[in-house]
Amino acid sequence: MSAVEPARKRVLQVEGLPIVAVLLILVVVFMIAAPEVFLGYRIYMSFLATVPPLLVLAAALTLVIAAGEIDLSFPSVIALSGWVLGYFIHDLGSPWIGFVLALASGALVGYVNGILIARVGIPSIIATLATQFLWGGLTTVLSQGLSYSLGDVDQLLLWRLLVGRIGPFPVQALWALAVAAALWLVLNRRRFGEHLLFIGDNARVAEVVGVNVRREKIRMFVLMGVMAAFASVLLTLENKNFFNTQGGGYLLEVMAAVFIGGTSVFGGKASVVGTVAGSFIIGMVEAGLVATGLQGFWVRAVVGIVFLAAVVGHLVIEEPERGRASLRLLFGKFAPERKTPP
Amino acid sequence: MAARTTRHATPADPSAQDWRHIVRLAKVDMTFGRVQALSQVDFEVGRNEIVGLIGDNGAGKSTLIRIVSGVLRPTAGRIWVRDRPLDLDDYSVRMAHELRIETVHQGNSLGEKQPLWRNLFVGRQITGRFGFIDVKKEREVADHLLRQAIGFRGHGISADSTVRDLSGGERQGIAIARAMYFQADLIVLDEPTTALAVREVRKVLNFVEGVKAGGRACIYIEHNLAHVHEVADRLVLMDRGKMAAEFAKGDVSLAELTNQMIALQEGHGRVRG
Repeated sequence: MSAVEPARKRVLQVEGLPIVAVLLILVVVFMIAAPEVFLGYRIYMSFLATVPPLLVLAAALTLVIAAGEIDLSFPSVIALSGWVLGYFIHDLGSPWIGFVLALASGALVGYVNGILIARVGIPSIIATLATQFLWGGLTTVLSQGLSYSLGDVDQLLLWRLLVGRIGPFPVQALWALAVAAALWLVLNRRRFGEHLLFIGDNARVAEVVGVNVRREKIRMFVLMGVMAAFASVLLTLENKNFFNTQGGGYLLEVMAAVFIGGTSVFGGKASVVGTVAGSFIIGMVEAGLVATGLQGFWVRAVVGIVFLAAVVGHLVIEEPERGRASLRLLFGKFAPERKTPP
Repeated sequence: MAARTTRHATPADPSAQDWRHIVRLAKVDMTFGRVQALSQVDFEVGRNEIVGLIGDNGAGKSTLIRIVSGVLRPTAGRIWVRDRPLDLDDYSVRMAHELRIETVHQGNSLGEKQPLWRNLFVGRQITGRFGFIDVKKEREVADHLLRQAIGFRGHGISADSTVRDLSGGERQGIAIARAMYFQADLIVLDEPTTALAVREVRKVLNFVEGVKAGGRACIYIEHNLAHVHEVADRLVLMDRGKMAAEFAKGDVSLAELTNQMIALQEGHGRVRG
């Protein structure tokens, strides 16, 4: 087998390799630029505490984008599920019921999305934009705009199990990596995941090869909802606080992590490994830049540069033809060949 | 696989022996909104019969075979497979597969960005005890199939190649090999020679003859009358959602067939004009 494929191609085919390399290079650059911070272990423990919600969201969104769909409603799940958990801990004193109902509320949001998209036929970008307003607004109503301070939540077994520390090591990192591993298996080794890839590749083909497109899409949005709720639980417990706009900053960061990781915006092709690396890149740039002495103002600009470099890099490596054409277009040496329909 | 087969086996057990028609449709209607794509269509395919389905664009050929292959549910009518009636509410692509009806759809029935091993098995993956896809096994079978059945030796094509790396003929070869591998009793080919080179067309025609020799049946939709006239046992001419004419092999020459179709078209012209 390996004789057929050139070794170089094999190496490039290792999932997510280019972007993992980018992550490592970034770490090395930060080590050189700010050795006093990046040669110690504390900064990494801090990343492992703060990146998990982003990582869980991005890993789940990878499957959605693999199927050629999008979910804009997860920031509202972070708010809604966080409120459910906060309410049950703060007002009712039953964290486990709160945990289960938080996940259930995420599933409900996902199910409604799935029905709107797969049964009613509303494009996912519109449907989830609408439900993003709906559930976010509902959370504000339910919480009366108030936040919950959950100061003594770290006494709970739930807290210790989900976001406790083993020595300096934050437990949520293990949960997030376990979620990512599980979602990798779902995407690459389960019938469901394969069906999502075919749906994203070409929904008509998926239909004629026997994929129940509607059912699989609904299942996918439910999974996304539950994962967003889990991310919300990790976030709320780690912050020991709920506030009704707590999902707000995640939308663009999560999408950036997915696309930096090499998942195709056109669907049909997705890398969970790449998403994991992308999440850490997104989570690291801010702290890294501040530690190297650059002003915090630079963060978004640098993320933008890494983002563009990653996307162009994926294009060149994975689709050399199109990649070359894009580069040509970019630098204007030749006009790209234009295909005219007969 | 075995467990799933028994679950759906009641209407038309593939192992049953005493049947005349692999598939039979009676008074099938299909409407899309206000468009009547098929009206009162009767159609049948014998055990070892190659049926050529011809007709102009929009005659309803593709709609008909999408119904046979379980993609579309007809608005009205009945369908028998191996002489047993189907419950149309239950009928699906998956069930068609279990009844050993395989379809090579017009243009593309492959996922372009997916590796060949996924394309061969999607919809009926080989899974292990815990429901995980047995990738190693699927790759092995795919590689074997590529080398033995299709003869892709030395093309640099492997089970891991993606469909977009293949030419039109190679894609058609994969789609047909998939139908062969699953041992269909009825193979439905929807314009398999469109956009193929001459040599590749020959391969497809040889394949259809192989289906006949192997005791199986085939519905062969084709624009090129010469191709279908050559290999079909029976030709069925469709026109605007209805069955227009039927010819047994040898009853009609290629020239007569062509004239008949032109006459039909001109008939439309007169009606319209």
